Amino acid sequence: MTPMTTEQIRALIARGKLKDTLFQAIGILCLGIGLLVIFLLVGDMLMRGLERLSLDFFTNFASRRAGESGILSAWVGTILVMFVTAMAAVPLGVAAGIYLEEYAKRNWITDIIEINITNLAAVPSIVYGLLALGIFVYTFGFGQSILSAGLTLALLILPIVIVSTREAIRSIPAMIREGSMAVGATRWQTCRYHIIPYAMPGILTGVIIGLARAIGETAPIITIGALTFIAFLPPVPFTATGTDGVSAGLFDWVMSPFTVMPIQIFNWTSRPDPAFEVNAAAAGFVLMGMVLSMNAIAIYLRYRMRKNIKW
Amino acid sequence: MSANNVSDLHQVSDRLAHNAMRNVSERLIELLLLAAAAVSVLTTVGIVYVLVSESIHFFQNVPFVDFLTDTQWTPLFDDAHYGIMVLVSGTLVSSGVALLVAIPMGTIIAIYLSEFANPKVREIAKPVLELLGGIPTIVFGYFALLIVTPLLQKIFPELPGFSLLSAGLVMGIMIVPYIASLSEDAMRAVPMSMREGSYAMGATKLYTAIHVVVPAAVSGLAASYILGISRAVGETMILAVAAGMQPNLTWNPMEPAATITSYIVQVALGDLPHGSIGYQTIFAAGLTLLLITLAFNIAGQWLRRRYREAY
Repeated sequence: MTPMTTEQIRALIARGKLKDTLFQAIGILCLGIGLLVIFLLVGDMLMRGLERLSLDFFTNFASRRAGESGILSAWVGTILVMFVTAMAAVPLGVAAGIYLEEYAKRNWITDIIEINITNLAAVPSIVYGLLALGIFVYTFGFGQSILSAGLTLALLILPIVIVSTREAIRSIPAMIREGSMAVGATRWQTCRYHIIPYAMPGILTGVIIGLARAIGETAPIITIGALTFIAFLPPVPFTATGTDGVSAGLFDWVMSPFTVMPIQIFNWTSRPDPAFEVNAAAAGFVLMGMVLSMNAIAIYLRYRMRKNIKW
Repeated sequence: MSANNVSDLHQVSDRLAHNAMRNVSERLIELLLLAAAAVSVLTTVGIVYVLVSESIHFFQNVPFVDFLTDTQWTPLFDDAHYGIMVLVSGTLVSSGVALLVAIPMGTIIAIYLSEFANPKVREIAKPVLELLGGIPTIVFGYFALLIVTPLLQKIFPELPGFSLLSAGLVMGIMIVPYIASLSEDAMRAVPMSMREGSYAMGATKLYTAIHVVVPAAVSGLAASYILGISRAVGETMILAVAAGMQPNLTWNPMEPAATITSYIVQVALGDLPHGSIGYQTIFAAGLTLLLITLAFNIAGQWLRRRYREAY
């Protein structure tokens, strides 16, 4: 091989640098496409839906006339379903995370549970809908209710809550546990007074990310057969229902039929009349607002956490 | 010793005296936590039980060979055909389109973020990608139907209003964050010394990235692609909204077609009686979907073990 001249070496270096720069440009372009999609999406929905975004939109029920339709039953339904989801997923997920990190012995039971959680995260969400249709709706007889939907979404986000709980617990140094146990605390007391409080920000972040995922889930809720046209609200506890003067019990609302934001949007996008597209855009904007703000809170919490914690 | 101290000591010994009780409650708490962790296993058992038991009823009425070889899927017509390949083709074509977008874009973004971008860009880009990944799929469906399809129709005037192409493209954008973020984690885990060795030999950043970092991180990259495939195959709402829902045995992305998931949604939107053959088809379809994702996951785990590089 003949040695290269200085010019040839310079040219080689320049070519290499050019390729680096080109690749960087492509990388930035790809990132830019992602960013562009977010802006396009939010911008388009805002522009299209702006004329419908008024207080009436939030206080009207869905209607056959596009101009009078609102999302009252949808946002109330979403909040109630999310409440049930959180009530089920947070205790279960946190308890499971604590068990796996603080209690579990290395044996086959633990292995099965761990493999399971990893695999559940890859199961398509519509399959959870089929599970709920077979188990919650028909076997348990919960029907197409807020309870069925809430529990379905809880199972769906359980892996997210468990994994984030475990990560939060794992980042607590062993000396905390040793200190607690050295003064005579039991394992549960150590968890109750030390591990859980210190892991709280991490757990909270995971719960918010999980709920942000659940709030936009449509497929499993459609699968359990939730109605798309609901022009009433679930019964408020202790108020009269209907004409016979019987009041609703504290938990009657969980068995009520319902609709949620994503289903309302799906319903409106699948209508041929373009007037409903405006409604879909406005409702989509509201849903995006909910999801993005939840994600933003989670990202901020994590950022704060990283900055503050120094063991 | 003052009287006060004596009573303090007395209290302490009292607390220690409850030891037996304390052990019982500790044991109970551990069992409770184990039960919570077992819920995830129960979920898997429930999914398999529901899908398999309903599918067994289905296959008592429909020969298994017909299910695999029939070229028509018309379970709700009088002349019923149950050829799952019709739905599988829609699923594979849309997933293929999505992966053609997501794998190159996700990998380029990952290489850019891990090898080129300065820490500040990375700090901003990762949360932005997370936001993109957190957008509800129904909103992406709206985006595909009302923004991407009209744009594509300007390039391909013969494109119908519903197509696998626009749904697949948007699905690809949706999957980019998952692939980018997991691949980036894998590449950042490659030890710095390997890059330094390459730089010391005079390699450029791009050359190092492609010939040193990517091969070293290949098992992580494969895992991220597998997750992307699982997402694409299981994605529901984008396809239900933007790909049309008529069963169509086609390998052409320019056509509308139903996928396994959008068929389930379509049936769930209707009012099929519990226990009818139409009701059972969605479980057979769901089982097929689960088996496809399972196959990809097993392949992924095998690949990961085969190409794992440990440092």
